Amino acid sequence: MEDLSFQHRARERAGGTRQTAIIGVVASGNLEVLVERILPNAECRLEIKTAAAGFGEVWNAVIVDFVERYSPGGLKFSINDGGARPDTVSLRLAQAVRLIEEDGQ
Amino acid sequence: MTAPLKHAVQLPAERVRTISFNEASARTRVGLLLDAGSFVEFIGPEKREVSPHLKIFDLPEQFDDGIVVGRGRLDATPVFVAAQEGRFMGGAFGEVHGAKLTGLLRAAREIKSMPVLILLDTGGVRLQEANAGELAIAEIMRAVMEARTAGVKVIGLIGGRSGCYGGGGLIAGCCSALAVSETGRIAVSGPEVIETNRGFEEFDSRDRALVWRTMGGKHRRLLGAADVFTDDTVQGFRDAALELLGLVGAFGGDKLKAEQVRLADRIRRFGTCEDAVDIWAAEGIAHAESVPDLPADQFISLANKIGRTSRDAR
Amino acid sequence: MLMSMNAETKSSATTWQRHREARDARIEAGSRLARGKIVDARDATRLMEAVIRPGDRVCLEGDNQKQADLLSSALLAVDLAKVNNLHMVQSGVVLPEHLDLFDRGIAKKLDFAYSGPQSARIAGMLFGGKIELGAVHTYLELFARYFIDLTPHVALIVAASADRDGNLYTGPNTEDTPTVVEATAFKDGVVIAQVNEIVDKVPRVDIPADRVHFIVRSEKPFFVEPLFTRDPAAITEGQILTAMLAIKGIYAPYGVQRLNHGIGYSTAAIELLLPTYGEKLGLKGKIANHFALNPHPALIPAIESGWVQQIHSFGSEVGMDEYIRARSDIYFTGPDGSLRSNRAFCQVAGLYACDMFIGSTLQIDLQGNSSTITTSRIAGFGGAPNMGADARGRRHPSEPWLKAGAEADPESSALLRRGRKLVVQIGETFGDKNVPLFVEKLDALVLAEKLNLELAPIMIYGDDVTHIVTEEGVANLLLCRNVQDREQAIRGVAGYTEVGLLCRNVQDREQAIRGVAGYTEVGRGRDRNMVERLRQRGVIRRPEDLGINPLDADRSMLAARSIKDLVRWSSGLYAPPSKFRNW
Repeated sequence: MEDLSFQHRARERAGGTRQTAIIGVVASGNLEVLVERILPNAECRLEIKTAAAGFGEVWNAVIVDFVERYSPGGLKFSINDGGARPDTVSLRLAQAVRLIEEDGQ
Repeated sequence: MTAPLKHAVQLPAERVRTISFNEASARTRVGLLLDAGSFVEFIGPEKREVSPHLKIFDLPEQFDDGIVVGRGRLDATPVFVAAQEGRFMGGAFGEVHGAKLTGLLRAAREIKSMPVLILLDTGGVRLQEANAGELAIAEIMRAVMEARTAGVKVIGLIGGRSGCYGGGGLIAGCCSALAVSETGRIAVSGPEVIETNRGFEEFDSRDRALVWRTMGGKHRRLLGAADVFTDDTVQGFRDAALELLGLVGAFGGDKLKAEQVRLADRIRRFGTCEDAVDIWAAEGIAHAESVPDLPADQFISLANKIGRTSRDAR
Repeated sequence: MLMSMNAETKSSATTWQRHREARDARIEAGSRLARGKIVDARDATRLMEAVIRPGDRVCLEGDNQKQADLLSSALLAVDLAKVNNLHMVQSGVVLPEHLDLFDRGIAKKLDFAYSGPQSARIAGMLFGGKIELGAVHTYLELFARYFIDLTPHVALIVAASADRDGNLYTGPNTEDTPTVVEATAFKDGVVIAQVNEIVDKVPRVDIPADRVHFIVRSEKPFFVEPLFTRDPAAITEGQILTAMLAIKGIYAPYGVQRLNHGIGYSTAAIELLLPTYGEKLGLKGKIANHFALNPHPALIPAIESGWVQQIHSFGSEVGMDEYIRARSDIYFTGPDGSLRSNRAFCQVAGLYACDMFIGSTLQIDLQGNSSTITTSRIAGFGGAPNMGADARGRRHPSEPWLKAGAEADPESSALLRRGRKLVVQIGETFGDKNVPLFVEKLDALVLAEKLNLELAPIMIYGDDVTHIVTEEGVANLLLCRNVQDREQAIRGVAGYTEVGLLCRNVQDREQAIRGVAGYTEVGRGRDRNMVERLRQRGVIRRPEDLGINPLDADRSMLAARSIKDLVRWSSGLYAPPSKFRNW
């Protein structure tokens, strides 16, 4: 297992009112993303525990694009990864944002 | 103004009860099974109550340790609910996973007025947490019986990809009633274990038609091991749960004795049958070999005609 | 003085029928073991010893799906003193026995087309010198050589049934047999057929009796495996997204009606999206209605929904027989009602009568060359190079063909401008075990260097590829003007692979397409200007350029989500083999 940690500034706060959301399952080729709205509006953090070591650079690149595209300000993402491919990671991150941007508790 | 991609126009289809129960995640099953918005989770993922053992094996954890527990409403009736995530470590029981279910059942025992729905989707005990897992199974079985003794109905819903094996099969046997779908399987030993121990001639684990004839939902329904058969939709399981809640009667010594009689009768009648098809034929089903291919509605009528359920037992 | 040719000085022993005489002698030897044409299975090895001579060219079927397994085993047991040094010419090296022949020394040389299940062992044996390699071919190429310079002396074929005269019924899995028999029987070869049963009257005559010399009945039905059944439950969101991109970004704009799909999950996803996504786009009747394709179960929903007019098949697929019988409006069937497949003709159809091939591969380089070869496995070519190649001998026009030709060469005169077949590579940027699809140098080149081959085993050449589709978008290589264009277009869809990331290092080349290609380098900063230019030219189109939201690519879009769903779609006619059941 490898632990990775990323911090970014986001253009703006993520929309919606939900405080937490979770998507995905930890399995081979899959990952779970827990997202919590607990940070200042322009900040975004990602804490990753991944079963596939040595892909830090790929994670970084994926996350840079993700932050740029979705502006997830105020959100902390905690990820348990079973060795998913980059496009699956991108998809789950986008799904997580979609969920937390809904209105609700 | 946010970028256009941020707001997907259509809702994901995972919002509709007609979706496949088998394919859905544990969370999706719970969210759709219960009345919309009524689910409140206990010890949710944000609590990060993860397994204390998996790190030793350099394995990834899941924040809810593979089981979702909480309360909600089923057609306005308050219920407790637990759902195993069959895709995380095969839905297998670990220390925390098991403790969450034990805790839920003990709460039900104390409160007495709320039934418990357990969405079993498990291969048994996690090898990596073997002792803790086995203990958990024992604790859960005891907790199920104590809850039932206190008047709580404990309903098992089985239709996930991992089936209901090992300790899960034992727990299922302790429930007040079970609903099962075609893809669901209920047993203790799995196909590969039987083949390894008894040989390929005894049980060819790669003959999937044989696996499902022996352990699958249709056979369990016809044998009386499961009470209600449903098609593979969340709606189907919701209806089945409601039906069973209405049917399950009081629990006591008489019920256990009736269950003993049922089981003794079962082995007397079918103990020498070589294959499930023989059992179905003995039950008087014409064209028994075509049972696996029957569509759900036809199968349900057929099963109801036979009437061999354990509603008066367990 | 001129030498005059005097008829009397010619040797009276010279005859121009030596091969015929030799064949007759082989048949005579074999007939001692036969009653009529029928030889008992227990005598099969002795039959081989009687009929086959050392150094013969032998075709052992060896098809993509069906295998003459009894005859393989019988051949494996021959007395080495009597039968040795054979030159095997066969489509498929599939059974372990096919390679055991070389281990034993019965066979020495090999010409073949496909070796999927044996790809690791055959690589080892080639490296180790146990097999003298003629060449690796495509199916059609090997068939062609059966008629020119690789004609078999003996063909060991497999059929479903025979009558006592020797008429053969090959049934749904007819595959290569007519081609093999045509070449062998009409060039003085001997044909020995393994059959499941001997009947009074065959359901239909696939091979006429006078081309068949010996028949051996096997107790066990011949080996045949399902190769094209893709469980919808295994299709991922990424594959659904690439399927949507392909349908909207290629099928629709080119109006592709006649096509061939590969056999992977990406194309299975397309098949399952036609009745849903394709329907939503209003494309029914406009695309995907004539196929050169095996009977893929995943196409059942599209057929049932009225998308498909006609399918010609290379072979059959286990479990599909009853469905095919009931859908004779769609499939080619005989008067008996069962499928009639024919690999040679279907390969030709894919080459000349289809406007598009779309399939996946294991590796693509910066020129678009692709290969399924890795350094430890040699799987051969099968039929993909025929499907995935521009057919320069084609003359009849069609809309997609002309449009692609115009994109490739807008400057030249339309009257002299040939069209182009659409050859599409589709896949996710990372494959199994996170292995990147896009690489700087193909393993096939490494293999060629290691084995001293004259040619690296390339499945589809870059200059035949017209489009690449990944989850990042569609790259149109037809619109690339030069080698650098093409390289950048590929980097542009190569996702987060190293290939994609390195794009960034390319200096001011006009076509630094990136972003679709890869994210492996640290501090990746996209050259936005370059990407923008390419997008403006339409060389790269992202999902959003096509109006596709990746979040919408979910499994609910599949017309069938499980094998059981396919059975339901077929009204119970499709009978999947046991390994696909979960009921």
